[in-house]
Amino acid sequence: MYHLSIVTPEKIFYEDEVTSLIAPGSEGYLGVLTDHAPLITALVPGKLTVKDQKNQELFFSVGGGFMEVLKNQVTILAHSIEFINDIDLERAKRAMDRAKQRLRSREQGIDIPRAMTALRRAENRLHLYDEILTKQ
Amino acid sequence: MSTLRDLRRRIKSIQGTQQITKAMEMVAAARLRKALTKLESSRPYASKMQAMLDNLTRNITSLVHPLMEKREVKKTGLVVITSDRGLCGSYNHKVIHQADRFLRNYEPGKVVLAVIGRKAYTYYSKKPWEIRQKYLNLGVNLNWAQVKQISNGLIALFLSGAVDEIYIIYTRFVSTVTYRVTTEKFLNIEQQTEAGGKETYVDYIFEPDPQQIFRDLLPDYCMMRVQMVLAESFASEHGSRMISMGAATKNAEDMIEHLTLVLNKLRQASITKEMLEITTGAEALKG
Repeated sequence: MYHLSIVTPEKIFYEDEVTSLIAPGSEGYLGVLTDHAPLITALVPGKLTVKDQKNQELFFSVGGGFMEVLKNQVTILAHSIEFINDIDLERAKRAMDRAKQRLRSREQGIDIPRAMTALRRAENRLHLYDEILTKQ
Repeated sequence: MSTLRDLRRRIKSIQGTQQITKAMEMVAAARLRKALTKLESSRPYASKMQAMLDNLTRNITSLVHPLMEKREVKKTGLVVITSDRGLCGSYNHKVIHQADRFLRNYEPGKVVLAVIGRKAYTYYSKKPWEIRQKYLNLGVNLNWAQVKQISNGLIALFLSGAVDEIYIIYTRFVSTVTYRVTTEKFLNIEQQTEAGGKETYVDYIFEPDPQQIFRDLLPDYCMMRVQMVLAESFASEHGSRMISMGAATKNAEDMIEHLTLVLNKLRQASITKEMLEITTGAEALKG
């Protein structure tokens, strides 16, 4: 068991003792168990799975950020995060269209990396939404 | 000697002013509450991110990111944060006073300004220093797009070599009645060099490499800093406005009280005078 806190610029999103988690690291998904070695990693948009004290699995959709593991204290700084059930499908679709349009337009002064991350975030949300639908 | 009518008119006008200041006090109180919630809720993120960055820089000494690069200072950037509107006591005056003291140490050509808030803009547009960037009307509902715009603007200013360091002057919110005008370095980002007391060297695993993490983390860190100083400033501004409008309401109250007293005295005097006239008239008729 170790302490996990997930904070976003707006608030502390989640704070509790947890058993384990699987996070979307920039080099691929990685799991963190108790007594994990110190680690700092960037997170990419993806699914965050947390097993709480009762071994119940919680699923989140992360929109990128950072994770630090230090002495059984895990901190996730997330740009955006929500419970998978809270995904706003319409909003994600709109964001995806917007990002695609921006990338297609080939105008000058388009922030391509930004549009790419927006696209990836939207894709992740849609993907996770589908996943939760098929499960139920 | 003012007449009864004059006095009544004055009392009425002060009552009108009092109503306005009272309303402004209440609006400021509501905005303060909102700004405070925002400030409080973004503090955990800020402190965690600061801690993460400190941990990082403490453990990697060799690595230098462009935003952390210490250059010989030829030009300095100064960000001055004031409010857009007045009637908030000495709030803007205090900020500008400190900014002027800061600027006194530099020749006009050695500093460029970035102003946030209309008050700073109107003040410094009449001064010799160059205003390179201005951000007005940020309003109560500060959103990420605005923060990002400001943060990126400042970063660009630094990276383009136009300035070699950037300071921010803002007000740190202490309580509703107190705020402290603070000058802080924004760029370059200072490296945590001291071994940090209890914190010992930690052999972190980095994924991907530290270089990449820095590249991702530092822009976010800058945005967080901008967001925090703005949140602190807004809270101070509304606190200051609430207090000064409260004082104005109280002053109006005192004035009304005083004038009412004068009015009553005058009224009494005139009644007495009239009575006196009637009785003397009656006496004269009798006689």
